Amino acid sequence: MKVMGYVRPDGKVGFRNHLLVIPSSVCASEVAMRIASHVEGAIALPNQHGCCQVGADMDLTINTLIGLGKNPNVAAVLVVGLGCEGVPTSKVAEEISKTGKKAEYIIIQHCGGTLRAEEEGARIVRSLAQEVAKLEKEEVDISQITLAIECGGSDTTSGLASNPVAGYVSDKLIDHGGTSMFSETTELIGAEHTLVKRAATKEIGEKILEIVKNCELKAEKMGVDMRGGQPTPGNIEGGISTIEEKSLGCIYKGGTKPIEGVLNYGEAPAGKGLYIMDTPGQDIESITGMTAGGANVVIFTTGRGTPTGSPIVPVIKITGNPETFKHMQDNIDINVGTVVEGKETIQQTGERVFNEMIEVVNGKLTKAEALKHREFGMYKLTSTF
Amino acid sequence: MGKQAIVVHESDNVATSLRDLKKGEEVLLEIGDTENKVVLLNDIPFAHKFALKNIDLGENVIKYGEVIGKASKPIKMGEHVHVHNIESTRGRGDLEVDKR
Repeated sequence: MKVMGYVRPDGKVGFRNHLLVIPSSVCASEVAMRIASHVEGAIALPNQHGCCQVGADMDLTINTLIGLGKNPNVAAVLVVGLGCEGVPTSKVAEEISKTGKKAEYIIIQHCGGTLRAEEEGARIVRSLAQEVAKLEKEEVDISQITLAIECGGSDTTSGLASNPVAGYVSDKLIDHGGTSMFSETTELIGAEHTLVKRAATKEIGEKILEIVKNCELKAEKMGVDMRGGQPTPGNIEGGISTIEEKSLGCIYKGGTKPIEGVLNYGEAPAGKGLYIMDTPGQDIESITGMTAGGANVVIFTTGRGTPTGSPIVPVIKITGNPETFKHMQDNIDINVGTVVEGKETIQQTGERVFNEMIEVVNGKLTKAEALKHREFGMYKLTSTF
Repeated sequence: MGKQAIVVHESDNVATSLRDLKKGEEVLLEIGDTENKVVLLNDIPFAHKFALKNIDLGENVIKYGEVIGKASKPIKMGEHVHVHNIESTRGRGDLEVDKR
């Protein structure tokens, strides 16, 4: 099966042609947004990170920013640094440019303040925008799709309908040679034993148990019952009683294929097939991690409804709750609540969602894209110093 | 009109409602090849759970054929099963505090 994508210089395929303005730190975020506002199609990633972080926490921010720039849906990048932050601005641009795409950088302190940085930055981004617009899509194999599957605002219909449907799509994509990943380690707690059985090797099974144990230890160290944070108050109102119930429903989104590896936050899969990424259950941070890992389309299942999109990746939202679809049609792309109503099977709805995914990678805007939903947030390991 | 409720796995001791159900309502359920009948003791909102049998204090609550928690109170057949009568066995830092 063929789809239309942008083949990047490193051979990776994107389905969007974004021009990113990446601030290296919180201190450069405002200037990055102002630069992006001057240029057609430019998108900034304002964030709270990049300064006064240490050790693995700092590395996570640096690697995530690089991964986002490398994402094949991104055509070119300007990195904007203040000049005194921990993130090495020039190194971020240099690492991104190893993919062969244009990645420039400016330093606000070197430019001489907001207005001069804005002018210099806008001039660079304007030039990149002109070049990026010339790129054309070409026919590529469907195996170039790297699907990220996210669930958020879950209720009990998520485990009964939308997650099994997403799992069907993931299985079908993998049958066509593609790659799929799911994440949210918190939402594996209580279901990890069933995933271990699907691990491609014993080591991968052990890694699954390890990430879940580490996640659970965080709640234990805080001395709290996770319930209320996970499941969330909305999950509970939607009928989910415990984290185990949430997890057992969540993992249906990973389909039935063997698990080929466990990725760190923002890490790219080494091969094709199904992967788990170690991320928190918070939707935005989770999607950012999988985007930094190279996902080029997202299927997002929801029960309660959510407007979430992404600055880089088209997010297709599906719900298994027919009432939620009626209430939030501006945000939800596909109603798979027909499964709980007994009107359609998981396979029938799965085919509909698969076809929508093909249309979206070929260029159809998702509702989140059409409404300019570009939620962005990065995971953080510890407090800022 | 679709089914009133669903039992995901035949070893489950709870069912999930597929629409708002009323106290006193008789619910017909397919469990494997058999058809069971449960009379509801509470209103059950859409997508919430009710017990298929009496569940003792401390007994495992089963859905998807897996343990989703333990009964924190005795639960009667037909009763609403949720945060008021089942508790998680995982992510329980509060229990760690009690041990200290």
